[in-house]
Amino acid sequence: MTRYILQRAIAMILTLFAISTITFFLMHAIPGGPFTREKPLEPAIIAALNEKYHLDDPLFKQYTDYMGDLLRGDFGPSFKFRGRTVNELIGAGFPITAKIGILAVLVTVILSVPMGIISALKQNKWQDYSFMFLATLGVTVPGFVLASVLIYVFCVKLGWFPVIWSTTATGWLSISQYILPMIALSGYSMSFITRLMRSSMLDVIGQDYIRTARAKGLSEMRVIMEHALKNAILPVVTYLGPTIAALVTGSFVIEKMFTIPGIGYQYVDSIGNRDYTMIMGSTIFYAAILIILNFLVDIIYGFIDPRIKIGNIKEA
Amino acid sequence: MELNQELFTPIQESERISSGIVRPSVTYWQDAWRRFRRHKPALIAAAVLLVIILGAIIIPFFYPYTYDQQIRTARNLAPNLQHLFGTDKLGRDLFIRTVYGARISLSIGIVASIINLTIGVIYGGISGYIGGKVDNFMMRIVDVLYSIPLILYVILLKVVFQDTIKAAFETTFLRHLKYLGPELILIYVVLGSVYWVGMARMVRGQVLSIKNNEFVLAARSMGASGWRIIMRHLVPNTVGQIIVTVTMSIPGAIFTESFLSFIGIGVSAPMASWGSLASDAYKGLASYPYLLFFPALAISVTVLAFNIMGDGLRDALDPRMRK
Repeated sequence: MTRYILQRAIAMILTLFAISTITFFLMHAIPGGPFTREKPLEPAIIAALNEKYHLDDPLFKQYTDYMGDLLRGDFGPSFKFRGRTVNELIGAGFPITAKIGILAVLVTVILSVPMGIISALKQNKWQDYSFMFLATLGVTVPGFVLASVLIYVFCVKLGWFPVIWSTTATGWLSISQYILPMIALSGYSMSFITRLMRSSMLDVIGQDYIRTARAKGLSEMRVIMEHALKNAILPVVTYLGPTIAALVTGSFVIEKMFTIPGIGYQYVDSIGNRDYTMIMGSTIFYAAILIILNFLVDIIYGFIDPRIKIGNIKEA
Repeated sequence: MELNQELFTPIQESERISSGIVRPSVTYWQDAWRRFRRHKPALIAAAVLLVIILGAIIIPFFYPYTYDQQIRTARNLAPNLQHLFGTDKLGRDLFIRTVYGARISLSIGIVASIINLTIGVIYGGISGYIGGKVDNFMMRIVDVLYSIPLILYVILLKVVFQDTIKAAFETTFLRHLKYLGPELILIYVVLGSVYWVGMARMVRGQVLSIKNNEFVLAARSMGASGWRIIMRHLVPNTVGQIIVTVTMSIPGAIFTESFLSFIGIGVSAPMASWGSLASDAYKGLASYPYLLFFPALAISVTVLAFNIMGDGLRDALDPRMRK
């Protein structure tokens, strides 16, 4: 187990190094540099700006400097918001994004796992059909369309929720503001996990050891909850990594639409503003968070599924 | 034992026929088509897709308006007989824009998937066929790519290259292709070059499982090169799974494009994809919700149809996968 964790950890560190490098060189491949405007600036001003942000250094020195700063967790200054650092911007946005993200993951798992189980147990009954209808709808409707519909129905027509995210101290604590973004964010994953859980549960309850458990006279509840669930939930755990990634992607759009000042919103803004250090920092930050979460999911998976042993990693 | 002439009688015509092959042998594709035909939802989905694709190709030729034509007298109209899906705030007919969006969105889905297919088949084929250390190394790279959130790099590549490619289309020989739109081509290439990992894994797995068959040995003993064995013997034997994987990956590309359009780095106006139409509609959602309805419906129906058809194709082409 220790070897497994160690191997994964080394792979993770190499990956983080690789993505930082790729991101750095990609951003520096943009022609014209970050200070190209519709109305060109004075050459002297550009030179001054370049000097201020060390863009006149040789590329390799810029790279080693940047990587050194990254190791200390410093993403550098923002080009757009003068006087603010990328760290400050991410630091301000991340708690909000993380809160919605964690809530969305929890809601997704808490709702879709039971829906999948019920669908499997009531196969071809109305419960199954209605859940599968919802799940099919969920994977065919893009997140931003779902969000648009929610905003139109609940904010514009019914007026149950405010259209604009209020950033007042009391406003952002109110749970009602989280509800719509959370639904919009988790729609796709919820549908996917419901289908995954259903098919995996159907697979498991057809197996011999479940028949044995029933033959022993265990109650149906115990057969499902104790014996079947343990194996049936494994694919869902594997899918947690992609789920988290899908939620992050969703957050770009959802935060923009619900005007939530998280990092997704800032990221999309920084693309529009051509705030290069911010794009670079956010990309690396996002990628790092996701890679670390994937790593944790892998480790958890190694613990809960004893069939995965060190030798099997190569096939995995 | 003594054998004489009486023991032997000439075979009767009827006997000869009964021991012969009565029915024509069924090829893989005939068999697949027979299974696919029995899958009614998949058949319907395929028909829907055919209608959408033909409509996208044909309708613009004889529709009275063009996608970028601004009719000053007809702004913000609700759906009516003249403008089936209504018009937007510039007086552009939404029906033809949705049809035109189908061209863009579907072509992105299909072209990106074909590029993925090419890279994935070559990469997975080489990795699986050579095996050993090379395979190990190539698969480690795939593992790394798999753990990276690729959408970030789709965004990054789009941001980095959009000025370069625009300039290239102004100055170099590519200006002859300008009518396609540099942004559109960039989206093809970016989506196509980033999402091949799943295809590579699938092809490699298949190649590993069939490369020890006798026909591969036979080809090798006749002196066929590794490249020829991969392309002529191994890949054609995985073509069923490849088709299924491509069909299933098209909706992903359509989704990703609509996502890019929504955050403002998709195709640029006056061009329209379903994603950019939905994105434009969102800005006027409170007053003109129908502008969102039709592009959103188009995306959902298409994605659903591809998914259902993919299910049917998997049952038909890859019987072992059938549940």
